[in-house]
Amino acid sequence: MKLITAIVKPFKLDDVKDALKAAGVQGITVSEVRGFGRQGGHSETYRGAEYKIDFVPKVRLELVVDDSSVDAVIAAIKASANTGKIGDGKIWVSSVERLVRIRTGEEGPDAI
Amino acid sequence: MLTQSRATVENYDSSTDFFPDMTRKRMPLFKRLLIALTISSGALVATGSIALAAEGDFDAEGAITSLATATNLLWVIIGASLVIFMQAGFALVETGFCRAKHAAHVMTTNFAIFGLGFIGFFFVGFPLAFGGFSYGAFGLDAPIGGPLLGSGEWVFLFKGGWALSGDGITPALLGFFLYMVAFMDTVATIPTGSMAERWKWGSFVTWGFFCGAIYYPLFAAWTWGGGWLSQTWSSMNLGAGYVDFAGSGVVHSVGGVAAFAGAKVLGARIGKFDKDGNPRAMPGHHIPMAMLGTLILLFGWFGFNAASTFAATDVQFATVATNTAIAGAFGAITAMFWITKRSGKPDPGMMANGMLAGLVAVTAPCAFIAPWAAAVIGIIAAVLVIESVFFVERKLKLDDPVGAISVHGVGGLFGTLCVGIFSNGSYGAGWNLSDSDGVKGIIKGDWGQLGAQALGVAVIVVVIGGIAYTFFKLQDIISKKMGKGGIRSSEEDELVGLDIPEMGVYAYPEFVKS
Repeated sequence: MKLITAIVKPFKLDDVKDALKAAGVQGITVSEVRGFGRQGGHSETYRGAEYKIDFVPKVRLELVVDDSSVDAVIAAIKASANTGKIGDGKIWVSSVERLVRIRTGEEGPDAI
Repeated sequence: MLTQSRATVENYDSSTDFFPDMTRKRMPLFKRLLIALTISSGALVATGSIALAAEGDFDAEGAITSLATATNLLWVIIGASLVIFMQAGFALVETGFCRAKHAAHVMTTNFAIFGLGFIGFFFVGFPLAFGGFSYGAFGLDAPIGGPLLGSGEWVFLFKGGWALSGDGITPALLGFFLYMVAFMDTVATIPTGSMAERWKWGSFVTWGFFCGAIYYPLFAAWTWGGGWLSQTWSSMNLGAGYVDFAGSGVVHSVGGVAAFAGAKVLGARIGKFDKDGNPRAMPGHHIPMAMLGTLILLFGWFGFNAASTFAATDVQFATVATNTAIAGAFGAITAMFWITKRSGKPDPGMMANGMLAGLVAVTAPCAFIAPWAAAVIGIIAAVLVIESVFFVERKLKLDDPVGAISVHGVGGLFGTLCVGIFSNGSYGAGWNLSDSDGVKGIIKGDWGQLGAQALGVAVIVVVIGGIAYTFFKLQDIISKKMGKGGIRSSEEDELVGLDIPEMGVYAYPEFVKS
């Protein structure tokens, strides 16, 4: 089992959700986050004074999938969240030691 | 406004009164009777006089005059209601331009100022400013009092009708009070913008009473109340004396210099300037709120300016209303272009400031100018306000979160001068009881009026501004002497936001994270 975490542009969330559903994903967790990457935020002006937005709003998706679907899920996110412009975000994968479904007590891949 | 201050009954120009003419038209007897009946019942309600109806001989002209008077008083009350609604506009503009952690505090200052200023004005402010004022057009036939300090052309303060009691408390006087209290509250609420996010509640409360009781009434007495500045046409041979139709000077500049003084005494918000002294942007938390507030102010401004004719029978109110809207429209759009040129995008806050600057600037001249002049005034005011915001921030190193100093101070002083520049002589005969046949600016080759306006501007900046600075500075010194730490909130309170330390509630409890 793998935990896939993806940071994407907020306006891409719906596209990513649809792509993941199409790829057979059963559930995702979404949170609103802020951060910066290589671009280092961006500048705006307010009442004529320039100011820096250091932490740009992003959306973080988290989903646990079976090892066999990792590539498909990554491909789906990559395709749907890509705008080709700086700030499209990242995807990373980490191993999950144990997974429990609270309602039934199922464990492991059955709980996905 | 206050065209013919003091004893103006005989000066009340019936040529602007359109109702008496109608009565002279020939009509069939039955129709005349019907109209007379309608009018007399109207007059009955208006004057509360039963004698009129009981008379066998019906005095049509008298009845129509009293109906006109009643209508004019209604116009004053409608105007007062609109101006009081502007408090909502100010509250939204200022709160929207401030940060979320101070929102309850900023909103509450704007809420409380209505009552604070009101109470000061109720007890002493109104008599000090308007004890010698009368205006027959809406039924205020005689002043309630007279001079308190000074005499003849040199009256500095008036008296009469303290706490709205004593003889002469008529509906007309009370209507006039309501209109003027609304203007006073506008002055009182202007510094809450420039001093927002760092002003201690106790100091603010003192300001509210002070503004209503003394600060605003001073300059109001000198100008609209019939005091020495309004008489400069006679004492110094300057045009029609100091002329301010609806308050670019009396209201906005007077509030603007207080905003300047307050911001100066408080100092900038923590983090406003970096260590090299460069200003940093501190974006307001709710731009839609600020812009809605601006539109509410635009709406209220029609009461502020148009109702300053004090007479619905003086149809110049339509000119005034339209000139007001013209200046606001040109101001907003000029600001849009100007700030785009300066910083690349049409900053919403600057567009709002631009509209307000146009409105502020046209307030003094709006009755005396042609529509083209209203447009020019709006355009210049918008450019001025943006450049002033930069100047205040970058050169004076003052922190004014909402642009109150630039909008009301700079825009107001400019508007005051505009009376002496753009007035075309078509309106304002007998203003200030002068022998003027219409207020004329330099476009009509008359420099005297500009002299009176410049004198007014100098008095506002030096005397009134000085009083405001002394007030805030003294308050600060006394508070520090008493061990209360001055009129500025503590660093810690300011950093967490004044909502909890000062008010005990968050504006947005679901959203605030520390």
